[in-house]
Amino acid sequence: MSNIPQELRFTKSHEWIRREEDDTLTIGITDHAQALLGDLVFVDIPEVGEECAVGDDVAVVESVKAASDVYAPITGEIAAVNEKLADTPELLNQDPYGDGWIFKIKPADENDYDGLMDADAYQEIIAEDES
Amino acid sequence: MNKHTPLYDMHVSLGARMVDFGGWDMPINYGSQIEEHHQVRNDAGMFDVSHMTIVDLSGDGVRDYLRHLLANDVARLRDKGKALYSCMLTEQGGVIDDLIVYYLDDAFYRMVVNAATRDKDLAWLEKQAADFDVEIAVRDDLAMIAVQGPRARDKVHQALGTEAAPLAELGVFFMHQVGDMAIARTGYTGEDGYEIILPAGQASTFWSQLLEAGVKPCGLGARDTLRLEAGMNLYGTDMDESTTPLESGLAWTIAWEPVDRDFIGRAALMAQRDAGVKQKLVGLVLEDKGVLRNHQKVIVDGTPAGEITSGSFSPTLGKSIAFARVSVDIGSQCRVEVRNKLLNARVVKLPFVRNGKICI
Repeated sequence: MSNIPQELRFTKSHEWIRREEDDTLTIGITDHAQALLGDLVFVDIPEVGEECAVGDDVAVVESVKAASDVYAPITGEIAAVNEKLADTPELLNQDPYGDGWIFKIKPADENDYDGLMDADAYQEIIAEDES
Repeated sequence: MNKHTPLYDMHVSLGARMVDFGGWDMPINYGSQIEEHHQVRNDAGMFDVSHMTIVDLSGDGVRDYLRHLLANDVARLRDKGKALYSCMLTEQGGVIDDLIVYYLDDAFYRMVVNAATRDKDLAWLEKQAADFDVEIAVRDDLAMIAVQGPRARDKVHQALGTEAAPLAELGVFFMHQVGDMAIARTGYTGEDGYEIILPAGQASTFWSQLLEAGVKPCGLGARDTLRLEAGMNLYGTDMDESTTPLESGLAWTIAWEPVDRDFIGRAALMAQRDAGVKQKLVGLVLEDKGVLRNHQKVIVDGTPAGEITSGSFSPTLGKSIAFARVSVDIGSQCRVEVRNKLLNARVVKLPFVRNGKICI
Protein backbone atom coordinates (compact mmCIF):
# COMPACT_ATOMS: atom_id res chain seq x y z
CA MET A 1 0.00 0.00 0.00
CA SER A 2 1.19 3.48 -0.88
CA ASN A 3 1.68 6.22 1.65
CA ILE A 4 -0.72 9.14 0.94
CA PRO A 5 -0.26 11.99 3.45
CA GLN A 6 -3.64 13.54 4.34
CA GLU A 7 -2.33 17.13 4.43
CA LEU A 8 -1.21 17.17 0.78
CA ARG A 9 -3.01 17.77 -2.49
CA PHE A 10 -2.54 15.59 -5.58
CA THR A 11 -2.93 15.33 -9.35
CA LYS A 12 -4.08 12.47 -11.56
CA SER A 13 -0.56 12.36 -13.00
CA HIS A 14 0.82 11.48 -9.53
CA GLU A 15 2.33 14.78 -8.41
CA TRP A 16 1.83 15.89 -4.80
CA ILE A 17 1.51 19.54 -3.74
CA ARG A 18 2.19 21.07 -0.31
CA ARG A 19 1.28 24.68 0.54
CA GLU A 20 4.09 26.36 2.48
CA GLU A 21 3.73 29.22 4.96
CA ASP A 22 4.93 31.74 2.35
CA ASP A 23 2.17 30.50 -0.02
CA THR A 24 4.65 28.86 -2.42
CA LEU A 25 3.74 25.30 -3.40
CA THR A 26 6.22 22.45 -3.10
CA ILE A 27 5.82 19.71 -5.71
CA GLY A 28 7.10 16.16 -5.97
CA ILE A 29 5.97 12.73 -7.17
CA THR A 30 3.93 10.43 -4.97
CA ASP A 31 5.04 7.27 -3.22
CA HIS A 32 2.82 5.35 -5.65
CA ALA A 33 4.60 6.94 -8.63
CA GLN A 34 8.11 6.25 -7.35
CA ALA A 35 7.19 2.63 -6.62
CA LEU A 36 5.85 2.17 -10.15
CA LEU A 37 8.92 3.76 -11.74
CA GLY A 38 11.44 1.82 -9.67
CA ASP A 39 14.97 3.08 -8.96
CA LEU A 40 15.27 6.70 -10.10
CA VAL A 41 18.62 7.52 -11.73
CA PHE A 42 18.21 10.96 -13.35
CA VAL A 43 16.13 14.08 -12.81
CA ASP A 44 15.91 16.96 -15.27
CA ILE A 45 14.82 19.97 -13.20
CA PRO A 46 13.51 23.34 -14.44
CA GLU A 47 15.28 26.70 -14.01
CA VAL A 48 14.28 29.04 -11.22
CA GLY A 49 12.29 31.94 -12.64
CA GLU A 50 10.73 29.91 -15.49
CA GLU A 51 7.04 30.58 -16.06
CA CYS A 52 4.80 27.54 -16.17
CA ALA A 53 1.16 26.94 -16.98
CA VAL A 54 -0.91 24.15 -15.49
CA GLY A 55 -0.19 20.93 -17.40
CA ASP A 56 3.24 22.00 -18.72
CA ASP A 57 5.91 19.31 -18.52
CA VAL A 58 8.45 21.13 -16.37
CA ALA A 59 10.63 18.26 -15.13
CA VAL A 60 11.56 14.72 -16.14
CA VAL A 61 12.29 11.86 -13.78
CA GLU A 62 14.00 8.81 -15.22
CA SER A 63 14.23 5.41 -13.63
CA VAL A 64 16.27 2.48 -14.88
CA LYS A 65 13.07 1.39 -16.60
CA ALA A 66 11.49 4.52 -18.05
CA ALA A 67 11.29 8.30 -18.33
CA SER A 68 8.30 10.13 -16.93
CA ASP A 69 7.27 13.78 -17.24
CA VAL A 70 6.42 15.82 -14.18
CA TYR A 71 3.68 18.36 -14.90
CA ALA A 72 3.06 21.75 -13.33
CA PRO A 73 -0.08 21.26 -11.24
CA ILE A 74 -0.73 24.98 -11.19
CA THR A 75 0.12 28.12 -13.18
CA GLY A 76 2.89 30.32 -11.82
CA GLU A 77 6.64 30.72 -11.68
CA ILE A 78 9.34 28.26 -10.58
CA ALA A 79 10.49 29.63 -7.21
CA ALA A 80 13.03 26.98 -6.22
CA VAL A 81 14.41 23.63 -7.37
CA ASN A 82 15.91 20.73 -5.42
CA GLU A 83 19.55 20.84 -6.55
CA LYS A 84 20.36 17.74 -4.47
CA LEU A 85 18.51 15.55 -6.96
CA ALA A 86 21.22 16.05 -9.60
CA ASP A 87 23.63 13.85 -7.63
CA THR A 88 21.19 11.86 -5.51
CA PRO A 89 18.10 11.06 -7.58
CA GLU A 90 17.48 8.11 -5.24
CA LEU A 91 16.00 10.65 -2.76
CA LEU A 92 12.84 10.38 -4.90
CA ASN A 93 12.60 6.70 -3.91
CA GLN A 94 13.76 7.06 -0.33
CA ASP A 95 11.76 10.10 0.75
CA PRO A 96 9.27 11.12 -1.95
CA TYR A 97 7.36 13.56 0.31
CA GLY A 98 10.45 15.01 2.04
CA ASP A 99 14.00 15.29 0.69
CA GLY A 100 12.76 14.03 -2.67
CA TRP A 101 10.75 17.21 -3.44
CA ILE A 102 11.44 18.45 -6.99
CA PHE A 103 10.50 22.14 -7.34
CA LYS A 104 8.46 24.97 -5.84
CA ILE A 105 5.98 27.17 -7.68
CA LYS A 106 4.91 30.67 -6.76
CA PRO A 107 1.30 30.46 -7.94
CA ALA A 108 -0.16 33.16 -10.19
CA ASP A 109 -3.44 32.78 -8.28
CA GLU A 110 -3.26 31.44 -4.73
CA ASN A 111 -6.87 30.23 -4.91
CA ASP A 112 -5.96 27.64 -7.57
CA TYR A 113 -4.62 25.41 -4.79
CA ASP A 114 -8.14 24.88 -3.42
CA GLY A 115 -9.19 23.27 -6.70
CA LEU A 116 -6.60 20.49 -6.40
CA MET A 117 -7.54 16.93 -5.50
CA ASP A 118 -7.38 15.87 -1.84
CA ALA A 119 -5.89 12.69 -0.40
CA ASP A 120 -9.16 10.73 -0.42
CA ALA A 121 -9.79 11.49 -4.09
CA TYR A 122 -6.22 10.49 -4.98
CA GLN A 123 -6.59 7.28 -2.98
CA GLU A 124 -9.60 6.37 -5.12
CA ILE A 125 -7.63 6.99 -8.32
CA ILE A 126 -4.80 4.67 -7.39
CA ALA A 127 -6.94 2.06 -5.64
CA GLU A 128 -7.58 0.39 -8.96
CA ASP A 129 -3.83 0.17 -9.78
CA GLU A 130 -3.07 -1.45 -6.47
CA SER A 131 -6.00 -3.85 -6.23
CA MET B 1 -5.04 -14.80 -17.45
CA ASN B 2 -1.27 -14.74 -17.56
CA LYS B 3 0.87 -17.83 -17.11
CA HIS B 4 2.63 -18.50 -13.82
CA THR B 5 5.93 -20.29 -13.25
CA PRO B 6 6.19 -22.86 -10.41
CA LEU B 7 7.85 -20.09 -8.35
CA TYR B 8 5.03 -17.55 -8.68
CA ASP B 9 3.78 -17.90 -5.10
CA MET B 10 7.36 -17.68 -3.86
CA HIS B 11 7.88 -14.35 -5.67
CA VAL B 12 4.66 -12.91 -4.26
CA SER B 13 5.56 -13.99 -0.73
CA LEU B 14 9.01 -12.36 -1.14
CA GLY B 15 7.31 -9.06 -1.99
CA ALA B 16 8.16 -8.99 -5.70
CA ARG B 17 6.59 -6.43 -7.99
CA MET B 18 5.07 -8.64 -10.69
CA VAL B 19 4.73 -7.49 -14.30
CA ASP B 20 3.56 -8.97 -17.56
CA PHE B 21 6.44 -10.39 -19.60
CA GLY B 22 5.35 -12.02 -22.84
CA GLY B 23 2.19 -13.41 -21.29
CA TRP B 24 3.87 -14.45 -18.03
CA ASP B 25 3.53 -12.80 -14.62
CA MET B 26 7.19 -12.33 -13.69
CA PRO B 27 9.06 -10.46 -10.92
CA ILE B 28 10.56 -7.16 -12.16
CA ASN B 29 12.21 -6.56 -8.77
CA TYR B 30 11.90 -7.44 -5.09
CA GLY B 31 12.51 -3.86 -3.91
CA SER B 32 15.42 -2.22 -5.69
CA GLN B 33 16.60 -3.41 -9.08
CA ILE B 34 19.88 -1.51 -8.66
CA GLU B 35 20.65 -3.33 -5.39
CA GLU B 36 19.85 -6.63 -7.12
CA HIS B 37 22.20 -5.69 -9.95
CA HIS B 38 25.07 -5.00 -7.51
CA GLN B 39 24.23 -8.20 -5.63
CA VAL B 40 24.98 -10.21 -8.79
CA ARG B 41 28.14 -8.24 -9.66
CA ASN B 42 29.51 -8.53 -6.11
CA ASP B 43 28.11 -11.71 -4.59
CA ALA B 44 25.30 -14.00 -5.81
CA GLY B 45 21.76 -13.48 -7.05
CA MET B 46 19.13 -15.79 -8.54
CA PHE B 47 16.53 -15.38 -11.25
CA ASP B 48 13.46 -17.42 -12.04
CA VAL B 49 13.77 -18.08 -15.77
CA SER B 50 11.21 -20.88 -15.88
CA HIS B 51 9.24 -18.93 -18.50
CA MET B 52 11.91 -19.84 -21.06
CA THR B 53 11.12 -22.72 -23.38
CA ILE B 54 13.07 -25.95 -22.93
CA VAL B 55 12.98 -28.36 -25.85
CA ASP B 56 14.50 -31.85 -25.93
CA LEU B 57 15.54 -33.13 -29.35
CA SER B 58 16.23 -36.81 -29.85
CA GLY B 59 16.67 -39.33 -32.65
CA ASP B 60 19.34 -40.55 -35.01
CA GLY B 61 18.90 -37.52 -37.25
CA VAL B 62 19.18 -34.86 -34.55
CA ARG B 63 22.77 -33.83 -35.27
CA ASP B 64 22.10 -33.38 -39.02
CA TYR B 65 18.89 -31.54 -38.20
CA LEU B 66 20.66 -29.05 -35.94
CA ARG B 67 23.47 -28.57 -38.45
CA HIS B 68 20.82 -27.52 -40.97
CA LEU B 69 18.72 -25.49 -38.52
CA LEU B 70 21.37 -23.38 -36.77
CA ALA B 71 23.88 -20.79 -38.01
CA ASN B 72 26.41 -22.07 -35.51
CA ASP B 73 27.62 -25.66 -35.93
CA VAL B 74 26.84 -28.33 -33.34
CA ALA B 75 29.65 -30.40 -34.87
CA ARG B 76 31.89 -28.12 -32.80
CA LEU B 77 30.51 -29.85 -29.69
CA ARG B 78 32.80 -32.80 -29.12
CA ASP B 79 32.41 -33.29 -25.38
CA LYS B 80 29.16 -34.42 -23.79
CA GLY B 81 27.45 -31.66 -21.82
CA LYS B 82 29.01 -28.86 -23.88
CA ALA B 83 26.78 -25.92 -24.84
CA LEU B 84 26.69 -23.72 -27.93
CA TYR B 85 25.08 -20.30 -28.45
CA SER B 86 23.48 -19.87 -31.86
CA CYS B 87 20.93 -18.01 -33.91
CA MET B 88 18.16 -19.72 -35.84
CA LEU B 89 17.66 -17.89 -39.15
CA THR B 90 15.10 -17.44 -41.89
CA GLU B 91 16.13 -18.18 -45.49
CA GLN B 92 16.71 -14.40 -45.77
CA GLY B 93 19.19 -14.50 -42.88
CA GLY B 94 16.89 -12.76 -40.39
CA VAL B 95 17.07 -13.93 -36.79
CA ILE B 96 14.07 -16.05 -35.75
CA ASP B 97 15.54 -16.46 -32.25
CA ASP B 98 18.78 -16.88 -30.36
CA LEU B 99 19.23 -19.96 -28.21
CA ILE B 100 21.52 -22.28 -26.33
CA VAL B 101 21.84 -25.91 -27.35
CA TYR B 102 23.45 -28.56 -25.14
CA TYR B 103 25.01 -31.69 -26.57
CA LEU B 104 24.06 -34.48 -24.17
CA ASP B 105 24.46 -37.55 -26.38
CA ASP B 106 24.83 -38.31 -30.10
CA ALA B 107 21.08 -38.74 -30.37
CA PHE B 108 20.03 -36.27 -27.67
CA TYR B 109 20.35 -32.47 -27.48
CA ARG B 110 18.55 -29.97 -25.25
CA MET B 111 17.70 -26.49 -26.48
CA VAL B 112 16.58 -23.40 -24.53
CA VAL B 113 14.78 -20.72 -26.54
CA ASN B 114 13.09 -17.46 -25.55
CA ALA B 115 9.66 -17.24 -23.92
CA ALA B 116 8.24 -14.49 -26.12
CA THR B 117 9.06 -16.38 -29.33
CA ARG B 118 7.83 -19.78 -28.11
CA ASP B 119 5.01 -20.40 -30.59
CA LYS B 120 6.84 -19.35 -33.73
CA ASP B 121 10.00 -21.20 -32.63
CA LEU B 122 8.14 -24.45 -32.01
CA ALA B 123 6.32 -24.15 -35.34
CA TRP B 124 9.67 -23.58 -37.10
CA LEU B 125 11.33 -26.50 -35.31
CA GLU B 126 8.48 -28.80 -36.35
CA LYS B 127 8.46 -27.56 -39.92
CA GLN B 128 12.19 -28.08 -40.39
CA ALA B 129 12.05 -31.52 -38.75
CA ALA B 130 10.00 -33.03 -41.58
CA ASP B 131 13.05 -34.38 -43.44
CA PHE B 132 14.94 -35.65 -40.41
CA ASP B 133 14.65 -38.49 -37.93
CA VAL B 134 14.10 -36.27 -34.92
CA GLU B 135 11.65 -36.22 -32.02
CA ILE B 136 10.76 -32.82 -30.50
CA ALA B 137 9.59 -32.73 -26.87
CA VAL B 138 8.67 -29.46 -25.12
CA ARG B 139 9.54 -29.78 -21.44
CA ASP B 140 6.87 -27.73 -19.68
CA ASP B 141 7.37 -30.05 -16.71
CA LEU B 142 10.69 -28.37 -15.95
CA ALA B 143 11.61 -25.14 -14.16
CA MET B 144 14.81 -23.12 -14.55
CA ILE B 145 16.73 -21.02 -12.02
CA ALA B 146 19.79 -18.93 -12.93
CA VAL B 147 22.24 -18.35 -10.05
CA GLN B 148 24.81 -15.73 -11.01
CA GLY B 149 27.68 -13.81 -9.44
CA PRO B 150 31.25 -14.33 -8.23
CA ARG B 151 30.02 -16.36 -5.24
CA ALA B 152 27.15 -18.08 -7.06
CA ARG B 153 28.86 -21.42 -7.64
CA ASP B 154 30.07 -21.69 -4.03
CA LYS B 155 26.58 -21.01 -2.76
CA VAL B 156 24.97 -23.53 -5.11
CA HIS B 157 27.52 -26.13 -3.98
CA GLN B 158 26.63 -25.29 -0.38
CA ALA B 159 22.91 -25.70 -1.09
CA LEU B 160 23.48 -29.07 -2.81
CA GLY B 161 25.86 -30.47 -0.18
CA THR B 162 27.90 -33.58 -1.06
CA GLU B 163 26.05 -34.02 -4.35
CA ALA B 164 27.87 -30.95 -5.64
CA ALA B 165 31.34 -32.53 -5.66
CA PRO B 166 31.57 -33.10 -9.46
CA LEU B 167 30.57 -29.47 -10.13
CA ALA B 168 33.86 -28.11 -8.81
CA GLU B 169 35.51 -29.30 -12.03
CA LEU B 170 32.72 -28.27 -14.40
CA GLY B 171 34.04 -26.20 -17.31
CA VAL B 172 32.56 -22.97 -18.62
CA PHE B 173 29.61 -23.66 -20.96
CA PHE B 174 29.23 -27.25 -19.78
CA MET B 175 26.20 -28.99 -18.29
CA HIS B 176 26.30 -31.74 -15.68
CA GLN B 177 23.43 -33.82 -14.34
CA VAL B 178 23.17 -33.92 -10.52
CA GLY B 179 20.24 -36.14 -9.53
CA ASP B 180 17.15 -34.62 -11.16
CA MET B 181 18.93 -31.34 -11.87
CA ALA B 182 20.73 -30.39 -15.07
CA ILE B 183 23.29 -27.80 -13.99
CA ALA B 184 24.99 -25.69 -16.66
CA ARG B 185 27.79 -23.19 -16.21
CA THR B 186 26.09 -20.60 -18.41
CA GLY B 187 24.27 -17.32 -17.85
CA TYR B 188 23.11 -13.94 -19.07
CA THR B 189 24.86 -11.54 -16.71
CA GLY B 190 28.57 -11.57 -17.57
CA GLU B 191 29.34 -13.26 -14.25
CA ASP B 192 30.21 -16.83 -13.41
CA GLY B 193 27.36 -19.02 -12.23
CA TYR B 194 24.88 -21.67 -13.17
CA GLU B 195 21.61 -22.12 -14.98
CA ILE B 196 19.80 -24.99 -13.31
CA ILE B 197 17.01 -26.96 -14.95
CA LEU B 198 14.96 -29.05 -12.52
CA PRO B 199 11.52 -30.67 -12.16
CA ALA B 200 8.85 -28.00 -11.60
CA GLY B 201 7.76 -29.66 -8.36
CA GLN B 202 11.23 -29.20 -6.83
CA ALA B 203 11.68 -25.55 -7.78
CA SER B 204 10.29 -23.96 -4.60
CA THR B 205 12.26 -26.24 -2.29
CA PHE B 206 15.52 -25.60 -4.12
CA TRP B 207 14.85 -21.84 -4.29
CA SER B 208 14.40 -21.89 -0.48
CA GLN B 209 17.67 -23.78 -0.07
CA LEU B 210 19.43 -21.17 -2.20
CA LEU B 211 17.90 -18.39 -0.06
CA GLU B 212 19.29 -20.14 3.01
CA ALA B 213 22.70 -20.32 1.36
CA GLY B 214 22.61 -16.52 1.00
CA VAL B 215 21.59 -16.18 -2.63
CA LYS B 216 19.33 -13.11 -3.06
CA PRO B 217 16.32 -13.13 -5.41
CA CYS B 218 16.67 -10.78 -8.39
CA GLY B 219 14.07 -9.69 -10.92
CA LEU B 220 13.96 -9.23 -14.67
CA GLY B 221 14.87 -5.54 -14.22
CA ALA B 222 18.35 -6.38 -12.91
CA ARG B 223 18.65 -9.18 -15.46
CA ASP B 224 18.24 -6.61 -18.24
CA THR B 225 20.86 -4.13 -16.95
CA LEU B 226 23.28 -7.00 -16.22
CA ARG B 227 23.03 -8.44 -19.73
CA LEU B 228 23.32 -4.94 -21.24
CA GLU B 229 26.55 -4.26 -19.33
CA ALA B 230 27.77 -7.72 -20.34
CA GLY B 231 27.21 -6.91 -24.03
CA MET B 232 24.63 -9.67 -24.51
CA ASN B 233 21.85 -9.20 -27.05
CA LEU B 234 18.16 -9.33 -26.22
CA TYR B 235 16.00 -10.92 -28.88
CA GLY B 236 13.26 -8.64 -30.21
CA THR B 237 15.08 -5.41 -29.40
CA ASP B 238 18.70 -5.90 -30.53
CA MET B 239 17.89 -8.29 -33.36
CA ASP B 240 14.85 -9.83 -35.01
CA GLU B 241 13.75 -11.25 -38.34
CA SER B 242 14.52 -7.95 -40.10
CA THR B 243 18.21 -8.03 -39.11
CA THR B 244 20.97 -10.58 -39.67
CA PRO B 245 23.63 -11.71 -37.17
CA LEU B 246 26.18 -9.73 -39.22
CA GLU B 247 24.36 -6.50 -38.33
CA SER B 248 23.79 -7.54 -34.73
CA GLY B 249 27.22 -8.12 -33.25
CA LEU B 250 26.74 -11.86 -33.73
CA ALA B 251 29.09 -12.62 -36.64
CA TRP B 252 31.09 -14.77 -34.19
CA THR B 253 28.13 -17.14 -33.91
CA ILE B 254 28.10 -17.99 -37.62
CA ALA B 255 30.10 -21.10 -38.47
CA TRP B 256 31.12 -20.51 -42.12
CA GLU B 257 33.29 -23.62 -42.12
CA PRO B 258 32.87 -26.27 -43.38
CA VAL B 259 31.68 -24.56 -46.56
CA ASP B 260 29.49 -27.50 -47.58
CA ARG B 261 27.27 -27.24 -44.48
CA ASP B 262 24.06 -25.84 -45.92
CA PHE B 263 22.37 -24.18 -42.92
CA ILE B 264 19.19 -22.13 -43.31
CA GLY B 265 20.09 -18.54 -44.16
CA ARG B 266 23.61 -19.31 -45.32
CA ALA B 267 23.16 -18.07 -48.90
CA ALA B 268 21.65 -14.78 -47.73
CA LEU B 269 24.43 -14.21 -45.18
CA MET B 270 27.13 -14.92 -47.76
CA ALA B 271 25.52 -12.49 -50.20
CA GLN B 272 25.37 -9.81 -47.49
CA ARG B 273 28.96 -10.45 -46.48
CA ASP B 274 30.19 -10.29 -50.06
CA ALA B 275 28.25 -7.11 -50.81
CA GLY B 276 29.62 -5.50 -47.64
CA VAL B 277 27.74 -5.22 -44.36
CA LYS B 278 26.47 -1.65 -43.92
CA GLN B 279 25.54 -1.60 -40.24
CA LYS B 280 26.94 -2.95 -37.01
CA LEU B 281 26.03 -3.10 -33.35
CA VAL B 282 28.23 -1.00 -31.04
CA GLY B 283 28.21 0.16 -27.43
CA LEU B 284 27.52 3.77 -26.45
CA VAL B 285 28.42 5.48 -23.19
CA LEU B 286 26.55 8.71 -22.54
CA GLU B 287 28.94 11.51 -21.59
CA ASP B 288 26.24 14.06 -20.77
CA LYS B 289 23.56 13.66 -18.11
CA GLY B 290 20.45 11.72 -19.07
CA VAL B 291 19.38 8.20 -19.94
CA LEU B 292 19.64 6.51 -23.35
CA ARG B 293 16.52 4.61 -24.43
CA ASN B 294 15.52 2.19 -27.18
CA HIS B 295 14.86 3.81 -30.58
CA GLN B 296 16.62 7.12 -29.91
CA LYS B 297 18.42 8.40 -33.02
CA VAL B 298 22.20 8.39 -33.35
CA ILE B 299 23.59 11.47 -35.13
CA VAL B 300 27.07 12.00 -36.58
CA ASP B 301 28.02 15.36 -38.16
CA GLY B 302 24.38 16.40 -38.13
CA THR B 303 23.15 13.39 -40.11
CA PRO B 304 21.36 10.24 -38.94
CA ALA B 305 23.80 7.37 -38.41
CA GLY B 306 21.64 4.77 -36.71
CA GLU B 307 19.42 3.97 -33.75
CA ILE B 308 19.68 2.72 -30.19
CA THR B 309 18.41 -0.85 -29.82
CA SER B 310 18.75 -1.18 -26.01
CA GLY B 311 19.40 1.74 -23.70
CA SER B 312 19.36 2.00 -19.94
CA PHE B 313 21.32 3.07 -16.90
CA SER B 314 24.42 1.08 -15.94
CA PRO B 315 24.57 0.67 -12.17
CA THR B 316 28.22 -0.49 -12.39
CA LEU B 317 29.38 2.52 -14.43
CA GLY B 318 26.99 4.99 -12.80
CA LYS B 319 26.04 6.37 -16.19
CA SER B 320 23.80 5.55 -19.10
CA ILE B 321 24.87 2.97 -21.70
CA ALA B 322 23.30 1.50 -24.82
CA PHE B 323 23.66 -0.75 -27.82
CA ALA B 324 23.12 1.03 -31.13
CA ARG B 325 22.88 -0.22 -34.70
CA VAL B 326 24.96 2.28 -36.68
CA SER B 327 26.87 2.73 -39.95
CA VAL B 328 29.96 0.52 -40.05
CA ASP B 329 32.18 3.58 -40.57
CA ILE B 330 31.16 5.34 -37.33
CA GLY B 331 34.04 6.99 -35.43
CA SER B 332 34.64 7.15 -31.70
CA GLN B 333 32.11 9.89 -30.89
CA CYS B 334 28.47 10.50 -31.76
CA ARG B 335 25.41 12.33 -30.55
CA VAL B 336 22.09 10.90 -29.50
CA GLU B 337 18.78 12.70 -29.77
CA VAL B 338 17.33 12.51 -26.25
CA ARG B 339 14.07 14.32 -25.69
CA ASN B 340 14.79 16.98 -28.34
CA LYS B 341 18.35 17.56 -27.15
CA LEU B 342 21.56 16.27 -28.72
CA LEU B 343 23.71 14.60 -26.08
CA ASN B 344 27.31 13.45 -26.50
CA ALA B 345 28.14 9.76 -26.44
CA ARG B 346 31.30 7.72 -26.85
CA VAL B 347 31.32 4.70 -29.17
CA VAL B 348 32.88 1.66 -27.49
CA LYS B 349 33.50 -2.02 -28.11
CA LEU B 350 31.31 -4.42 -26.17
CA PRO B 351 31.13 -5.58 -23.43
CA PHE B 352 31.00 -2.74 -20.90
CA VAL B 353 31.53 -5.05 -17.91
CA ARG B 354 32.70 -8.65 -17.59
CA ASN B 355 33.33 -10.63 -14.40
CA GLY B 356 32.82 -7.58 -12.23
CA LYS B 357 35.41 -5.48 -14.11
CA ILE B 358 34.72 -2.42 -16.23
CA CYS B 359 36.13 -3.09 -19.73
CA ILE B 360 35.75 0.28 -21.46
